[in-house]
Amino acid sequence: MILYLLKRLAVLAASIAAAGVAVFAFMALLPGDPAEVALGVNATPEAVAALRTQFGTDRPAAAQFLDWFGGLAGGDFGVSYVTSSPVGPQIGDRLGVTAVLVLGGMAVALLIAVPLGTFAAVHHRNPLGAAISAASQAGIAVPAFLAGILLVYVFAVKAQALPSGGYVPLADDPAEWLRGLVLPWLSLGLVQGAVLTRYVRSAVLDVMREDYLRTARAKGRGALGALWRHGLRNASVPVVTVLGLQLATLLVGAVVVERVFVIPGLGDLLLNGVAARDLLLVQGVVMVLVAAVLLINFVVDVTYHLLDPRLR
Amino acid sequence: MTGRMNASLLTGGALVGVVVLAALASFVWTPHDPTLVDAARKLHEPGGGYLLGADKFGRDTFSQLMVGARTTLYVGVVAVGIAALLGTPLGVIAGMTPRGWLSELIMRVNDLVFAFPALLLAVMLGAVYGADTLTAMIAIGVSTVPAFARVARAATLQVMVTDYVLAARAAGRGPGAIATRHVLPNIGSVLIVQASVSFAIAILAEAALSFLGFGTRPPTPSWGRMLQESQELLFSTPRLALWPGLAIAVAVLGFNLLGDGLRDFLDPKLRRIRAER
Repeated sequence: MILYLLKRLAVLAASIAAAGVAVFAFMALLPGDPAEVALGVNATPEAVAALRTQFGTDRPAAAQFLDWFGGLAGGDFGVSYVTSSPVGPQIGDRLGVTAVLVLGGMAVALLIAVPLGTFAAVHHRNPLGAAISAASQAGIAVPAFLAGILLVYVFAVKAQALPSGGYVPLADDPAEWLRGLVLPWLSLGLVQGAVLTRYVRSAVLDVMREDYLRTARAKGRGALGALWRHGLRNASVPVVTVLGLQLATLLVGAVVVERVFVIPGLGDLLLNGVAARDLLLVQGVVMVLVAAVLLINFVVDVTYHLLDPRLR
Repeated sequence: MTGRMNASLLTGGALVGVVVLAALASFVWTPHDPTLVDAARKLHEPGGGYLLGADKFGRDTFSQLMVGARTTLYVGVVAVGIAALLGTPLGVIAGMTPRGWLSELIMRVNDLVFAFPALLLAVMLGAVYGADTLTAMIAIGVSTVPAFARVARAATLQVMVTDYVLAARAAGRGPGAIATRHVLPNIGSVLIVQASVSFAIAILAEAALSFLGFGTRPPTPSWGRMLQESQELLFSTPRLALWPGLAIAVAVLGFNLLGDGLRDFLDPKLRRIRAER
């Protein structure tokens, strides 16, 4: 297990480094010299050269990369060429907002998918179980931002029960913070819950056909009791894999949902950065998001091994 | 190509058919010019020649939906085409040399690309080159390559252990001939299913990108941007969000159902390989 963990950690580190090279190389293609862009068309060559030295963009690309990538671990994402403010703290401020959004969405998805999927599996022969399957198929076809717009229409426009957008920090007003996050959480969670329901259903169905479950039933446990004691851990193995993939999807979904609800998260920061042509900011946010996806995959792989000792 | 018609196949086929018909029809006829700005028709109510009404610029919603279907399918076809043309050969090579360094390299790079969602690629491309339909198609296509490569590899691995491939190798056929004569025809059905599922994902990605302003540029109509433009009018004119939203959902549901249906309809021998989402 230790050896496996070390091996997976090495792969994770290599992947993040490779992703760093890819992101840096890609952004280095950006036409135009940041120093020239910052100073405008009337700048003297001397001023441009001086600013280039200040930015460090006169150095070889490899040195620039090592400088940038080396700083990442310590939270140093460089200083923006456009706003002259450090990128790291901006990302730090937004990271928490996006994390709360994504984890809340995931919680909603799980709260929907685990009971509904289990129910649909246990009752797979009756119409209600089939109806759940059909509803989840339809839910998959609705993107998170569309769900968001529909939810705003129902809960903000019609019922006027919840705000249609905006974000109040937790420290300012916990109640308003929660009210503002309910619709974004639901937008992300309902759709992912629909997807996840299908996987929970098929995982539970697979487990229900196993001999050990029949044995548990024969020994006198009820259908749900047997599932609870013996089935859910086994059913969770494939579900965890999907969950990991979905977390990555949620992260991207959050970028769009932040736009729908005007939430100041990483997605908002990224899109503003692109609009302002803030190279280092875009580079930094993309790197954080990609590293998060890689980290999630790592955690999924490790969890997978913990849940299923047969894989060890 | 033997199999039974099933409900998923028929429903999915019908929904996709509606979208394709709308797109094709839009080349020869739309009720109005979908890009014609007409202040007199601003937020025209449904009816009076404007079946679904008009938007804040007086553009006919129904005409915009028809041309939007064209945009959606165009992006989907090119993106899935890029993914299939790059991913399939890579997956087949990896599947035919499962223990070679080349296979290892392909699958590692594949995993890396997998960490870059279409949206991030499109935003990066947009930051460098300026976002338009082309950058959206490339971003969606490249991010879909790993799904094709994985499925093609898994299917190729199954084909490579069959007796007929063994016989072909014994008869002295080279890897190129085995790939084109035995592997590709036998993994075709799996790839068709993958294409359908990927198409649904491409539609979602295109809609999200247009919604964010990283897709098709105005004035070319696209469903995602119609939704984005409708958002500020949600309180007064919610129907402007309803129609493009419905169009996206119908198209995605159609391609997903079509994929499920095709899986059951086509070669049941390879049914165990699931399409990647």
